[in-house]
Formats: sequence, structure tokens, C-alpha cells
Amino acid sequence: MNRDGLFLSNDILMSVEKPERYIGHEVNSCIKDPEDIRVRFVMCFPDVYEIGMSHLGIQILYDMFNSFPDVWCERVYSPWVDLDRIMREKNIPLFSLESQRPVREADFLGITIQYEMCYTNILQILDLSHIPLTATERTWDDPIVIGGGPCSYNPEPIAEFFDIFYIGEGETRYRELLDLYEESRDAGISREEFLYKVSQIPGLYVPSLYDVQYNDDLTIKSFTPVREGVPAKIKKEVVKDLDDTYYPKSPVVPYIRCVQDRVVLEIMRGCIRGCRFCQAGELYRPVRERSVDRLLETVYQMLDSTGYEEVSLSSLSSSDYTHLPELLDKLIVECEKRKVNITLPSLRIDAFSLDVMNKVEDIKKTSVTFAPEAGSQRLRDVINKGLTEEDILSGSAQAIKGGWTKFKFYFMLGHPFETDEDIEGIGDLANKVAAEFFELVPRDQRKNGPISITVSTSFFVPKPFTAFQWAPQCTQDEFIRKAYVCRGGISSQLNQKRIHYNWHDADTSVIEALLARGDRKVADVIKRVYEKGGIYDAWSDYYSHARWIEALDECGLSLDFYAYRERSESEIFPWDFIDIGVSKRFLYNEYTKAKQGIITQNCRAKCNGCGAAVFDAGICPHAAI
Amino acid sequence: MTKIRVRFTKHGAIRYIGHLDVMRYFQKAIRRAGINVAYSGGFSPHQIMTFAAPLGVGLESDGEYMDLGLEDTAPDTTAIMDALNKASVPEIRILSVRILPEDAGNAMASVFASAYEITFYDDKKVLCPDKNTIKRLLERCSLLESMIYHKETKKTSRDIDLKSFIYSLYLKDDDEDKPTVCMTINSSSSDSIKPGFVMEYLCSLEDIKLPDNSLMITRLDMYTQSDSGDLVSLGDIGVTS
Ligand code: SF4
Repeated sequence: MNRDGLFLSNDILMSVEKPERYIGHEVNSCIKDPEDIRVRFVMCFPDVYEIGMSHLGIQILYDMFNSFPDVWCERVYSPWVDLDRIMREKNIPLFSLESQRPVREADFLGITIQYEMCYTNILQILDLSHIPLTATERTWDDPIVIGGGPCSYNPEPIAEFFDIFYIGEGETRYRELLDLYEESRDAGISREEFLYKVSQIPGLYVPSLYDVQYNDDLTIKSFTPVREGVPAKIKKEVVKDLDDTYYPKSPVVPYIRCVQDRVVLEIMRGCIRGCRFCQAGELYRPVRERSVDRLLETVYQMLDSTGYEEVSLSSLSSSDYTHLPELLDKLIVECEKRKVNITLPSLRIDAFSLDVMNKVEDIKKTSVTFAPEAGSQRLRDVINKGLTEEDILSGSAQAIKGGWTKFKFYFMLGHPFETDEDIEGIGDLANKVAAEFFELVPRDQRKNGPISITVSTSFFVPKPFTAFQWAPQCTQDEFIRKAYVCRGGISSQLNQKRIHYNWHDADTSVIEALLARGDRKVADVIKRVYEKGGIYDAWSDYYSHARWIEALDECGLSLDFYAYRERSESEIFPWDFIDIGVSKRFLYNEYTKAKQGIITQNCRAKCNGCGAAVFDAGICPHAAI
Repeated sequence: MTKIRVRFTKHGAIRYIGHLDVMRYFQKAIRRAGINVAYSGGFSPHQIMTFAAPLGVGLESDGEYMDLGLEDTAPDTTAIMDALNKASVPEIRILSVRILPEDAGNAMASVFASAYEITFYDDKKVLCPDKNTIKRLLERCSLLESMIYHKETKKTSRDIDLKSFIYSLYLKDDDEDKPTVCMTINSSSSDSIKPGFVMEYLCSLEDIKLPDNSLMITRLDMYTQSDSGDLVSLGDIGVTS
């Protein structure tokens, strides 16, 4: 500790790029007296501070944990590459921001796992904390390492690095876990015995208590508990009533500009849509809304306590929030008084949303965003994207008449059952929007300049718990070919000069697929990549594809098996032991319907009996239970 | 619109926060404190605020200044000070709030000089000159006609005469065994030097090379130059209510 109670010396702080990442002391960060608490819980987002600080989930849990008098929740993020190097050279252990004490001294290290490409950063965190990477090598001198977040719905590739995974929404079971921990420490029982007891708490998965057997073809033969009383299936945890749970009234306000430099207001959880490629749409079923009154009460408290000058509404599909007009009406009036900006999440473009955007944004500066995800109506039906060409063109026409000139379109390439014609449809669609502009706006009225359309494509990654979890992913070469088809489709258009095209790189997409649908054997690949120096794989500057390919070869594993292969209906998936409510049967039926191009209606139009009604919450009709 | 000037400190851990982020910090602190600050027009209105000379990362200060435009015609300066202190982290304290006369120049434009106290970090002090050496160096310095310092930046290198930028330079009279050097130097934005230059120059007189990051620097105050040429603290301008 230096003279300011900081863990790093002045020399180190003055030599790294942004010392602010490591000093804590932010407004609303929680300081407790170590004498008053029983459990120190260090919460980690395994990426750089500016990214991690922007994550709402951690803010909610931070608030919840610190509302417990016996718990002190602190934060830690991945040290940036400059500090990482110094810490390794000088053997400096990783420390948490609030107490500025080593992470290893904490009782729990909770890691939120939001995307697959952060897996090497998880190892970085453990390693720099001087915690053994493999869970079974840990002792009571190490914290209990617990993972959560969307990637924990297939935790298997990183299972051996964690003592526990929390499956589902964090608000419900942590108190039980903490009580058990305190009791167990008082009683002096072993770490193994403690973990066994943890496995009895709903929603908590202890990987070391399961054994996996494989078939000759490398697929899974069986996945079974190794001890009596350990549940064979883990059901995800769900918050039934979002009005009656934790929400951070005073989130931590960072000094550095972070990705989210604003109050984030989660208006609902889940999505009614059921796009067949979308994992979040299945994981967070059923849709649950927060009430307008509670939201307004919360947002004003948050603005008062943080001083932020901007609010952003958050959800998977805000246009589907039933009280959106009422919420926005009230919010706009109050925010105008407070000189607070409102940023809108991707709303479906229609008369209502354009009217709202017109009120809160500067048309000249902002763009209108569409995410059709597929270029043709046929393929949009395949992926069950309930957005028709008519919706898009009438939305863009209204936006054009309203004065907007910047348009953004997001698509995915490589969907199952995609043909080149579907891809060429992307250029077609963009061209039609451009044509609308030239038709609707006479030359002498183009005061905001001509229309500019940006088309971006990413590559499809099949994810667990989606209708496409059985589907093969395209190879890199195939992805690149498709990108060229897309570019060709755009450049053959009449208005091609108004359309800019950019595409995501294909390398990370196939590795993402490996990690998303991987099994326990993939852990070795991740470890090897890390040992070869791989961290910050989510950052293209630090990602090395060669490193991953090399590690796969060394482990005798292949992308053919993990990424490019279609799974059979009966295959046991590594994540099958998790029950998200939505049944495998329902998902397979969706896969079959996709093949036939048949759409499934959204939850509000009609309940399709996906299985999520077991949670007896949100939108699901009681009869569907 | 009424203009007020806020004097604040910056201490401890948050000295690693850069100037732009201190500005962002205050934009939020002002909102938390509920101060009736004036805004510019337009789609994203911003607060009318100006800061005096930026403080380098790693430095501490007892004399930072921020001018604010207020909607109130007769603001209560004590209430503003209390509210801002309540909304602030402990490392930033508001020392005074004054209402500026209409014709006062803004904090940024009026800075002419800054006073600093400089000592050595404890973990570096054995490698740094002791009190007697500093005393001797300062005496040598006072006899010099000029103090030519070779200033090198990424793009340029040139010789400057520090003497013409220094208004006072002496050893603090205290019981500490570590020396503390006090100096008031020019910090008008166009033509300024850094306190580190002076320390380096001093040490170079006896071929002493200071280790990296050895200086612990505190800015004590900032001054403007009155018509008669005197240095007047930026915090002495204006009145409290
Ligand atoms: S049970 Fe019906 S309403 Fe509920 S999430 Fe499934 S499909 Fe939607």
C-alpha cells in the first residue's frame, strides 16, 4: 500500500496508460469496515475497467450484496495489458478496487461471463490473483470462484476453472449461499463438503460433482452426478416480480469515460420475439416488465445520486414494452426540466418511435437503425425475425420524410438454410431505401445532404438454447465468400454509391462457436491459448487466430467437430443438464420449422407453449404451466 | 447570469485523475448538489463552466479553481459550498465560493502564476538530495543571472531561462528532515514552465540526477496579475454572500 491507501505504487500508477482504472475511490463506491463484515465478495468483469463498469448486471448485484450488513462487495476488472505486464514482472497480486487488498484474500470471487471471447481473461484474473486455475487445486486459502451471466448457460468449456456457477438471475439465491458459507466456515467443514452443500441450493452448479463420459465419435455419452443427492438437472433462477427486487439507486460513477456514461434503466427482462438465432431471447424467458411508476421513481433517484446527464432505456426489444408511450411521455417532460438527455435503445422504426426520436435527438446527428438480420423475406421467416420488408420500407419512408438521412442496417451472414439469393437481397433492400429517398425528397429539398446507408454484417454463431443449436456453422472461407456475395449484391445496385458496406472478421466467429458449444475438453484449448500469451481476445488488436488453431491442434480437437458439424436430434449437448424452462423439444420443433420457412408467432400474439411458463411469471398464460 | 468562482482541493488517490475527468466529475457533482447552474442552448445543453490551469496527473492541490455561471441572481455562496462538499468525494473539498464581479476575467484566462510545494516521495528520498544540499543549491541559484534549462518535448527542444519565470524560490522552514521547496512560477497558458523543470535544474548544478517519479508536488494556489503587477490569488477575487 502506498501513502494514499492504494495498492499500486506511485511509480507504477505513473507509468500505466490510465491509472484511474486501478484507484477506486469513485462516487458511490462502497467502503465498509472490515471489522464489521463477515464475507468479502469480489465481483469481477473480466475485461478492461471502461467495459466492465458499464455493465448493469454487476451494478445490480453490487447494490444487492452491499445491502447485506455482513457482506462487503468490491469490484475488480482485468488489468490492461500494460499493467498486466508489470504485475507479472514484479509478481504483484491482483487487488480489488475498494479495499485495495489482494483478491486472493477475499471469500468469494464472482466473475460475470458476458461473452465467450473473455475466457482467456478469466484465466488472467485467476492467475494474477495467484489463485490456482483449476478449481480442484484450491484450498480454503483461495476464494470460492463463482461464475454467472449468459455464458454460464454452457459453462462446460470453463467448468474446471470454477468452483460454482450460478445459473440464472442473480437476485434470488445469493443470500442462501452466503448463509451457508458463514455456517460452513463456523463449523469448520472442508471446502469439498461446503461445495457439496452448495449443490443442494437451486440454481447452483458445482462442476466438480459431475462426471462426463464420451462416445467414440466424441459426443457426450452421459453426464451424471458423482455423489448421492447432487441434482442431475439445474433449473435456472428467475425473478418473478421485477418491481419487487434490487435495483441500484446509487450506482458507482466512474471518473473515466466508460462505454455507458449514463444511467441505465432496465425496463423489462426477456423478449417476446423468439428469433431463432438469438440466445438471450430464450435464456431470459418469460418476458417480465417493470411498472412505469417504479421505473420513474428509480430513474429520478439514480439521476439525483449520480449526477449523470443522460439516461438510456435498456431491454432486448424496447418497442415491445407495453407502457413505452406512457413511460416516455413522463420521462421526456422531466428530463427536459433536468437538462438530461435520453438515448433510445434500438426501437422498431415506426411513426411512434420516429416521433420520440424527433423529440429527444438531433436528427442531423443521429441515424435510424434497422436490424433485419437477413436480406430476404424468405430468410427472415427462416430465422423468425418478425420484421417484413413492408415494415422496413414504410419505416424508412417515414424517417426520410421526417428529415433523417443516415441509415444503418445490421445483418448476419451464414444463417442456416441461407442461399446466395438471400444474401443478394441485402443490397436490394438497401437500394430500395436509397430509391425511396430520391423519390420522396426533391433535389432542392435535400438540405441535410443525400442519404447515406451503412450496411454491416456479422457472421452467425450458433448458440446453446436456440433453435439453431443443432446447426452447422459456415467455415471461415465460406463466410468470406458470403461477404463477397453481399458486397457484389450491393455494388450491382443503382444507388450503390450511397451504400457503405463493412463486415466483421470471420476468425473470431468460428472460435466463438467453439467456445459457445464446447464441452469440458475445450478447457485445455483455452488454457493453452492463455499459456501462449493470449489475453484480451475480444479486442482485435490482441486476438491471434494462429494461437487458437495451434492450441486446438495440440489438444487434438477440431473446429470441424465443434463449429462446422450439424448435430443429430438425439445428441446430448454439454449444456443439457441446465433447464431454462424452454424445452429442447420446443427448440427442435423451431429448428424444423426454420427449415420449412414457417414462422412462429411472438408470445404476445400467441403462447406457443415453449415451457417457460413453469416459472409462473411475466407474460406466460397460467394455463400453459 | 451570475458568475461564481469555486476553489477546491485535489488530494490523495484521486490525484491520478486527469484534468478532463475532473471536469466531468464536476459536471456531475454540480447536478448531485442541485446547483442552479446555467446551461448553453442547443440539443445537448452543457453547463457554463471554466477551469483555471489544468493540474498534471499525479499532482495534488489546495488551490484549484472553477468558474460557474448560475441562473440565480443572488446565490447563497455558503449554501453552494455546503451542497458541493456534500456531493463530493473526501479528496475534493470546496474551500471557498465567491461571486465574481461582472468584469472579472474567467479563471482560465486570468491565471498568471502558480505556487507549489515540492518534496520527495518517501521511497525515493534516499536517492534524492537532502535538506542541506537543497539549501546549498538554492543559495547557488539565487546568485545566478540566468538559469538555462534545456526543455525537450517529443517534437521540439529548446533552451529556456527559468529565471524569468520564477517569482519566488525558497526552502520551506520546517522540522521535517525531508526538504520541501516552495516556488511561485509563471503558469500563464502561453508561456509556462513546470515545477519539475526547476527541481531538475537545481539538482543539475551538482550533477545530481533525480530518479523518475520522485517529486511529490502540491499546488498551493493560483494567481492573477493585478494592474499594478502584484500577484492576487484567484480566490481573493469577488465576494461571498
Ligand atoms: S410459455 Fe408461451 S408465453 Fe411463456 S415464454 Fe413460452 S411461448 Fe412465450
